[in-house]
Amino acid sequence: MVGLGQYLVVGAILFTLGVAGIVLNRKNVIVILMSVELILLAVNVNLVAFSTFSGDLTGQVFALFVLTVAAAEAAIGLAILVTHFRVKGSIEVEDLNAMKG
Amino acid sequence: MMPTFFPLASLAPELLIALAALGLLLLGAWRGERAAWIVAEAAIAALGIAAVMLVMRKGGVGARTFFHGAFVDDAFARFMQALSLVGGAVSLLLSFDWMRRRGIGAFEYPVLVLLATLGMMVLAAAGDLIALYVGLELMSLALYVAAAFDRDDGRATEAGLKYFMLGALSSGMLLYGASLIYGFAGSTAFDDIARAAQGHVSLGLAFGVAFLLAGLAFKISAAPFHMWTPDVYEGAPTPVTAFFASAPKMAAMAALVRVTTTAFPGAAADWRQIVVFVSILSMAIGGFGALGQRNFKRLMAYSSIGHMGFALVGLAAGSQAGVQGVLVYMAIYLAMTLGTFAAILLMRRGGAYVESIDDLAGLSKTDPATATFLTLLMFSLAGVPPLAGFFAKYYVFTAAIQAGLFSLATVGVLLSVVSAVYYLRIVKLMWFDEPKAAFDAGARAPRWTLALATAVVGLFFLLPAPLVDAALAAARALLPA
Repeated sequence: MVGLGQYLVVGAILFTLGVAGIVLNRKNVIVILMSVELILLAVNVNLVAFSTFSGDLTGQVFALFVLTVAAAEAAIGLAILVTHFRVKGSIEVEDLNAMKG
Repeated sequence: MMPTFFPLASLAPELLIALAALGLLLLGAWRGERAAWIVAEAAIAALGIAAVMLVMRKGGVGARTFFHGAFVDDAFARFMQALSLVGGAVSLLLSFDWMRRRGIGAFEYPVLVLLATLGMMVLAAAGDLIALYVGLELMSLALYVAAAFDRDDGRATEAGLKYFMLGALSSGMLLYGASLIYGFAGSTAFDDIARAAQGHVSLGLAFGVAFLLAGLAFKISAAPFHMWTPDVYEGAPTPVTAFFASAPKMAAMAALVRVTTTAFPGAAADWRQIVVFVSILSMAIGGFGALGQRNFKRLMAYSSIGHMGFALVGLAAGSQAGVQGVLVYMAIYLAMTLGTFAAILLMRRGGAYVESIDDLAGLSKTDPATATFLTLLMFSLAGVPPLAGFFAKYYVFTAAIQAGLFSLATVGVLLSVVSAVYYLRIVKLMWFDEPKAAFDAGARAPRWTLALATAVVGLFFLLPAPLVDAALAAARALLPA
């Protein structure tokens, strides 16, 4: 029997992987977009697990909202990425250095 | 719970903005770039009408909730929504001249501003974690695109990309926090969470609050989640930066205040530590980070980080006076920041926009009016009495002292002295340095905005009652005590 705790651990591991993918990644912006998706899916695992184990549907409704917004977010991220590539000809994280910061 | 019988009439301002955004998008898609100016003017009209509707509705009714508590219509929501609408309308007005000169006749920008403002209105009125998330994302997604709007400029696209990456990370953290709160409190509605979070706060709930606050702190650009601010402010087109610096901060601060005071009054000891930490760090980074900056937009980014730290001092107090202080602070900050960005938009030499503070040298000799206005705004940002910026700080620090946070208030006052250094350096540049060539003749919208903002900031002490009373009514809606 898989309990709530196991689901939460999976969620926490996915979330940590996602955050690490954004913070440690020094190479490619696409990987960052993938990491964002990983974070959002970690949240969905959490929400659905909580929802199932508490018998309350709100969490699953929340998860559907998250899925929808995640699709829009990915579309906008890719659009900005394409625009940036058109101007700069690179999507390396290291090349995001026109302003010092 | 109130029945949800026909709430449409009560949601008229939000519906107006939503319908305007959709209708104008349709008009733009149909007529193309020929419709750009009509769309922009109609968008400003919609924002203005919605603001008037909000102010008219004030006082007539008390707090009401719609959609099973997801949307709260109270004095607090109306106050912050009105501020967001003013920020959106004025920064859209400031964008006209800039867009015309850059040759960007695109109808999409006003539509993006409308959608972002709609998100802010939902965010300020959210009484539920789902509504909070949807409002936040509606705001953020429109802002990511707006940052990269000048798409042939490498700096703008880079700003958009950086804002997107870090914004998505912060949304993820906020969401993870929301999922933990939902799991450990058993509900997404703020009043149910408040009931579950009384007394002992479980570890899961405490983690949830920390993640949620981190996500919201990012949106108001409070340290240590401020990394994006200088780059995005510098890279984004100036009118877009004016928008970033004004309206979204109002809505995100509204959400932060509402979540902490209505969903977690029982866990005040937990979130207070976080707010105090974020506040001190923001004031310090805002003060010291700006010292070496030569780019005016970048300097304003650090200035905004610092000001969010000062506003959070009021929230740390956690009292009615504290919330009132935050609201007064945000309203005055809105006037100061819009005025300053109007002045930045007037900095044009030989047909090109300039952004370095060195370009302001000797402005008092070439353009005394602008120099005087900008000087008053800088003094106000630094908190010099009797200008409005002083009273903003006065209210939050008084509330902090009443709540017994003496060390926080002392640190805050000391750090406000540090931040005064760079505001005064700009004043010195304008009045005592050798003049450079005069700026080109400015457009009407930035000139009037600058004059009006200065008038508001300069004359606030003569008639503080309307703003202070409205802020008190709004604070009372959250904390009846």
